[in-house]
Amino acid sequence: MHRALVRPLAPGNRMQSRWTDGRPMADVVAEFIKPNDRLTAFDRLEIYNRMYWFRLIDSFYEDNPGLRAALGDRKFNQLAIAYLTKHPSRSFTLRNLCGQLETFIRREPRWTAPHTALALDIARFEWAQTVTFDEAMRPVLTAADFGRTDPSRLRLGLQPHVTLLALQHPVDTYVIAVKKRDSLRSEASNATTSARHAARTRKVARPRRERLWLAVHRVENRMYYKRLEAPAFKILVALRDGQPLVRAVAAAGRGVTPAQVQDWFALWMQLGWICRRK
Amino acid sequence: MPANAFNGRTDYGIGLGLRVPHYSHILEKKPVVGWFEIISENFMCDGGRPLEVLDRILEQYRVVQHGVSMYFGSADKPDREHLKRLKALVKRTNTPWLSDHLCWGSVDGTYTHDLLPMPYTLAAAKRTAAKIRRVRDFLEVPICVENVSSYAEFHVSEMTEWEFLSEVVERADCGILLDVNNIYVSSRNHGFNPYDYLNGVPHHRVGQMHIAGHTKFEKYLLDTHDHPVLDPVWKLYAEATRLCGVTATLLEWDDRIPSFDEVHDEALKANEFIADAKTARKKSPSPRSRAA
Repeated sequence: MHRALVRPLAPGNRMQSRWTDGRPMADVVAEFIKPNDRLTAFDRLEIYNRMYWFRLIDSFYEDNPGLRAALGDRKFNQLAIAYLTKHPSRSFTLRNLCGQLETFIRREPRWTAPHTALALDIARFEWAQTVTFDEAMRPVLTAADFGRTDPSRLRLGLQPHVTLLALQHPVDTYVIAVKKRDSLRSEASNATTSARHAARTRKVARPRRERLWLAVHRVENRMYYKRLEAPAFKILVALRDGQPLVRAVAAAGRGVTPAQVQDWFALWMQLGWICRRK
Repeated sequence: MPANAFNGRTDYGIGLGLRVPHYSHILEKKPVVGWFEIISENFMCDGGRPLEVLDRILEQYRVVQHGVSMYFGSADKPDREHLKRLKALVKRTNTPWLSDHLCWGSVDGTYTHDLLPMPYTLAAAKRTAAKIRRVRDFLEVPICVENVSSYAEFHVSEMTEWEFLSEVVERADCGILLDVNNIYVSSRNHGFNPYDYLNGVPHHRVGQMHIAGHTKFEKYLLDTHDHPVLDPVWKLYAEATRLCGVTATLLEWDDRIPSFDEVHDEALKANEFIADAKTARKKSPSPRSRAA
């Protein structure tokens, strides 16, 4: 039943009429599901087949409004079905449904061509929002913590809710223009899902290429996007990846003054981004 | 006798599902509500606004956890990481009991996010009961299993749904979250008498009830949770209350959610039926004795 349930729908949101071996689907389903006086076995399984896809596609739409706007409805829907066929949910929560989307777009660029570079940026940005929304907030580091360890050995942590993105497009302003949202995810008990999909997104011109270094983060449980200078971004990446403080600062490269580094750290501490490594 | 071992010997009365569109109203107005049911999965995260809201709710209200992804009927073993997260939430909420569905929905770690009907066989009942016991032993909290609404039946089934439910809960020694709307929806979809269902379950194991709205289609009913409760469901609820006693009852409204007050008013309609059931129960006590 599971294999039948997760097979993509045929046009018109109907269950496919043939099983994988070519047999009529109605015959296959009738082997294990009873008909009743109003519905055939095929009709009854089709209810579940449709609900499976409507539920997953709704969640995909909800999590990717920017990607939908950039690709257009038809192409976005094709991407959703291709992705969800290859990457069905492996988590108890739909929150994690789009966790493999970036990898999928890289591996199968045909679904997003000719806008694959933009699609990748948006997919990464929209997944970062999911992560930022409910990831952990560890105790922030205090100035006193800095003094206890030799800077050449001191390794700092970056809050799990902070996602660093090096992007080719200004997708932050683009997605904000498409849909302002700050909603909470929710799953419901036993309720069915109709094929309504998320509300239509606003029509906004696709952004042009522009290098951008961005942090998606949370302050007092509200989500923010902060544009970063490239050297500051490099320091944060090095810290996130476990480099000792001295080497992380060196990652910024030449031309960065101690005063700049000091200002950056002061801001990051103020935002609560820096924490102890786990 | 509303309090029993399956609901932590509590007497919670009428509750509401905690839903996102109502958060600000609840936090600002602090309405008087018996208790809130939360969907566990919405709060099994590590931080952020979901847990902030939950903690604020917990300061003011009693909360009961209801799950949608344990899939007691799936052949998969319970996922250890899932259980750990759920247990952490149980400690946070101090839920007196925890509920999830008598269904399957995952295969080899792939989740359908649906509540799928089971084949009603003795083998399935034994396997399901064993899984419920394992989960309860790990979580250390009473468990009630909920009957789901369904749209399909299997040739291999050896018993009715209520016989299967009874078999599972007796073997697992757990409670029942009796979803009266689900009984009604399934009765119409499968052509059985919903009152036979009510009469056929062990009443003393009912720790909680659900009521909800559904949608009528030409050939079947769909459990949509997007309407007020329909009259036949209220009648069934009254009978369930007469048989089982006044039990913690929750209104589910998950889609096209109206204002908090509208949902609350709808839930409080249950009081009328509870009063009727109390009167009826005095005149004609339930034929089935309830466990102490």
